[in-house]
Amino acid sequence: MENLKEIEESVLQNVNNALDLRTLDEVRISVLGKKGSLTEKMKSLGLLPLEEKIAAGKVLNVLKSTIESAIENKKQELEMKAINHQLANERIDVTLPIRSETQGRIHPVSKIYEEVVAIFGQMGFEVAEGPDIEDQFHNFNALNMPANHPARQMQDTFYIANPDSTDFDDSFVVRTHTSGIQIRTMETKKPPIRIIAPGRTYRSDFDATHTPMFHQVEGLVIDKTTTMAHLKGCLYDFVKAFFEIDDIKVRYRPSYFPFTEPSAEMDIGCRKGKGELKIGEGDDWLEILGCGMVHPNVLRAGGIDPDEYQGFAFGVGIDRLAMLKYGIPDLRTFFESDLRWLKHYGFLPLDISSMTGGLSNNGGLAR
Amino acid sequence: MKFTLSWLKDHLETSAGIEEIAERLTSIGLEVEEVFNPAAALNGFITAKVEKCEMHPDSDHLHLLSVNNGTETLQVVCGAPNVKLGTIGIFAPVGVVIPCYNEKLTVGKIRGVESFGMLCSEKELCIGEDHDGIIELPSDTKIGVPAAEILNIDPVIEISITPNRAECLGVRGVARDLAASGLGKLKPLEIKKPVAKFACPINIRVEAKEACPVYTGRYIKGVDNTKETPKWMKDRLSAIGLRPISPLVDVTNYLNYDLARPLHVFDADKLKGDLVIRMAKEEEPFISLEEKEYKLDSKSLGICDDEGVQCLGGVMGGLSKGCSDDTVNVLLESASFKPECIARTGRHFQIDSDSRYRYERWVDPNSNIMGSDYAASLILDICGGEASEIVVRGEEDYCAQPVTLRYERVKTLAGIDVSKEEIIRILTALGFKLTDKGDAVEAVSPTWRGDIEFEADLVEEVVRIRGLDSIPAVSIPSDEFPKQTLSPKQQRILNARHELASRGMFETVTWSFTDSKLCQPFRKGKAPVLLMNPIASELDEMRPSILPNLLIAAHNNIARNDANMALFEIGPEFYGCRPSEQGIVAAGIRCGMSSKKHWLKNERAYDVFDVKADALAAIAAANGPWENAQITTDTPEYYHPGRSGTLRLGKNVIAYFGEVHPLVLKSYDIKERVMAFEVFLNNIPLPRSNVGKAKKKLELSSLQALDKDLAFVVDKNVAAVNVVVAAKNADREYISDVRVFDVFEGGSLPEDKKSIALSVTFQPKDKTFTDQEIEGLMKKIILEVAKKTDGILRQ
Repeated sequence: MENLKEIEESVLQNVNNALDLRTLDEVRISVLGKKGSLTEKMKSLGLLPLEEKIAAGKVLNVLKSTIESAIENKKQELEMKAINHQLANERIDVTLPIRSETQGRIHPVSKIYEEVVAIFGQMGFEVAEGPDIEDQFHNFNALNMPANHPARQMQDTFYIANPDSTDFDDSFVVRTHTSGIQIRTMETKKPPIRIIAPGRTYRSDFDATHTPMFHQVEGLVIDKTTTMAHLKGCLYDFVKAFFEIDDIKVRYRPSYFPFTEPSAEMDIGCRKGKGELKIGEGDDWLEILGCGMVHPNVLRAGGIDPDEYQGFAFGVGIDRLAMLKYGIPDLRTFFESDLRWLKHYGFLPLDISSMTGGLSNNGGLAR
Repeated sequence: MKFTLSWLKDHLETSAGIEEIAERLTSIGLEVEEVFNPAAALNGFITAKVEKCEMHPDSDHLHLLSVNNGTETLQVVCGAPNVKLGTIGIFAPVGVVIPCYNEKLTVGKIRGVESFGMLCSEKELCIGEDHDGIIELPSDTKIGVPAAEILNIDPVIEISITPNRAECLGVRGVARDLAASGLGKLKPLEIKKPVAKFACPINIRVEAKEACPVYTGRYIKGVDNTKETPKWMKDRLSAIGLRPISPLVDVTNYLNYDLARPLHVFDADKLKGDLVIRMAKEEEPFISLEEKEYKLDSKSLGICDDEGVQCLGGVMGGLSKGCSDDTVNVLLESASFKPECIARTGRHFQIDSDSRYRYERWVDPNSNIMGSDYAASLILDICGGEASEIVVRGEEDYCAQPVTLRYERVKTLAGIDVSKEEIIRILTALGFKLTDKGDAVEAVSPTWRGDIEFEADLVEEVVRIRGLDSIPAVSIPSDEFPKQTLSPKQQRILNARHELASRGMFETVTWSFTDSKLCQPFRKGKAPVLLMNPIASELDEMRPSILPNLLIAAHNNIARNDANMALFEIGPEFYGCRPSEQGIVAAGIRCGMSSKKHWLKNERAYDVFDVKADALAAIAAANGPWENAQITTDTPEYYHPGRSGTLRLGKNVIAYFGEVHPLVLKSYDIKERVMAFEVFLNNIPLPRSNVGKAKKKLELSSLQALDKDLAFVVDKNVAAVNVVVAAKNADREYISDVRVFDVFEGGSLPEDKKSIALSVTFQPKDKTFTDQEIEGLMKKIILEVAKKTDGILRQ
């Protein structure tokens, strides 16, 4: 057993000299493997008398654990070295740009639709709809605009021939407003009614401030007790919520619409500067919507008794609201599908308008 | 409607200034469009006196003046014929802007002589028409005084008149409204009755009593139409944009705007026989004073003599019997026509005139005689001559139906407390005849108002004059818990929109119109829905599909050098011309590369599977059972026949997707390939509302699933979906998933074959599979695929 010291020294030296995990393992096998030198020594213990066996066994076990722990330490050192080597080789330039992802956009018209729905939803309104191609009854006559009514000329109407009649008065129209939905709602619903009717509307007019198609939202409230004071309150609540300005100035001017009586137009206070418009400040006025108490003839046309029920209606331009709130200068650009415009003025997919989560700027930042 | 301040003050006694008047007009419903006050442009202009007046040394008409402006004496060259020593006029010093030319005045050099300013004419100051000479002020006028203080400047107010307020198309109506609102007092209207010197020599007969309830005629002989219209009248007409023409024309124009009373004057010597007011005959010719020819019909009203229709009653005069400078004898018409008849004629023949504009709204039916008296006396004053008796056909007996206003109705409809006394005061001031009935008042509207039919109309009159701003604003009560604002059908449109946007697509909004010349393939055999009066030839059809407009958008973006795009729109498309023959569609296109050039080289051209994914995502977002949709390769003609698909639920098409047909792209002048999809939201069934909201119980197996790969050789025309479905259906219990992981053609395969490699997942239920069981399941798949597709396992 005198050469144990030598074995220990040479093994530890081999362990120490191992340059990689494979060499280290060869060392381990040569000493501790089935036929390893130390294993052989352990086997030979059996031939010794009992007392010697115990003493020699102790010595060998101490040696074995010394070698094992040396190998383990070396192993950890080599593993660390290997991983460091790998990491050093895997270095990349993280300042390079990310894979390009296109973030989609929501059109401003849709965004305003969602905002308007959120606000009026809070006031208990439901959204009603109607067809874009209308009969003259729903677009005009039922709204107290018979064929010879001068107000009909105020709306440059698009007509579509009726295959069942050559009479011009039977031809269809592309709706000039969403007001016809008032009638369609009254025909199918009993009061109390609280609806808004957003949608596309059409007039034969195309210049710097008019497009042949635009968007309107019509509102209708019918019950037994609603007055013009409620009309003012409702619209004031709306513009405050919509423009997200607490002390917005408003004024009402008497006006005329065939389907309301009394009728009014609502202006909001603003400052008109050089190509700029600031809502909620200044001494200028900007017309924003038309409104009034529903005309008895309209209630009657919708099958509702005007002696029992009353209410108000209003109409506001969705595109115009978008222009005012989000500073979009030109109406015509809304419908040009210019990718640069859509990217700039469009809204993010996460931009969902609600009265709980906020109307605007709640979809994060554009990437 | 325009008028000047002095004109208004002919009818209204008021001390209010122009600004106060303008503000009040708007607040009572006569919205001010513009106030044009020439005085505002006259800063710096002052009165000055000519102290020396000599001829210019180098001219036979120019004068060389010394002009004293109160602070200095300046040399001025002047070309006005009326300038003389001692003239006091309006002096424009160097540096001011001359309103008429909108140019800054500089030191001039006229034929070698310097001029330091100028003396101005009315026209140069934009305060009148006179340009024959410089303004001459009275000799006692102080010099050095601002021009705006000295000149009698008449600001012009332009208001917009809503169709119900016809009486405010005359200045007197405006004045009456202002007086009722407390801004002054309405002056009485004083009209001289012309002395009748003889009986009217022309017989007048009304046959169309329905269309013309009252007609009056008055003969005036010996007029001189070459006389000058008085300056005050010319100034007012010019100020509102009407060119003075001759006294006879000017007087009728003036009354149109003063009292909203249209009139017509015939040259009596040109009329042949009796004057008959009758409906025109079909095809009866008429030449208007604008020298346009019309073929009339039996619904148009003619004022006729033996030679036919000489005036389209209430709409426009005729060419041949009108007045000229030579006119000596005239017949003055002042009549009532039915608004419906005038509106219809004007609309039908597309004739606009001041007269039509008033008659189709409302002209006081009892103002015919008054209007004739007023016009005749003005004509006699200006042109001389003698008037006949007035011939009146019909009766001036219009009386409006009384309308009852319950006093409390102002409160219950308009939401504002107005006392009974105030209500009575306002309505009386507006000309209503009132009878108090205790709780209510019975109101007969004045004959100049044709718009008062209901109680609500009277409420409006009260609150209008009272001012809408005095109505309190009260939030609408919310006594019930609000219902859901959007229906499921509306909400899913929002879902589809946000889903497509989150897939990187840009939402756009395009016209509901499209170009009929290009969209034929998109009509799917239906007739085009054409506009009768399109605004442009390329916007003449209600779009049968959203895609044509998206293709136009693609073309335009490519032309702007923006060739990579993913665009979508959710909106209507039209398959018939009747209301509700429309559907709501989510459509999109992808064109070009999926991204710009990048160092990771992840850009690639968009392909059919991008738009197929869009379509499936939109269907899923709209709650459509997207996994159950059958997919077939029959698509409309605007798709590439070999690269497009249809998704169906039962017989309903819920989507198309694919590459757009190259010939269609060519017609839209697009050279790039375009991928497109259309999801027909109306065809997606709504989820049943009575189904509970609880999710199905999650069943998780503790046993590991096993994946096996199988490749089949099938005919090239076999759809992959058939192979997948066959494999899936081979065993419904243990096969949980089948995926295509490779498709291969050519190589060792025969020409007409392809290989489809499937990766199949087997999910054991209560114990792990034995080798035999796996073998059995794979055999089932091989058999089923062979049965359904003739596919053979590839060895």
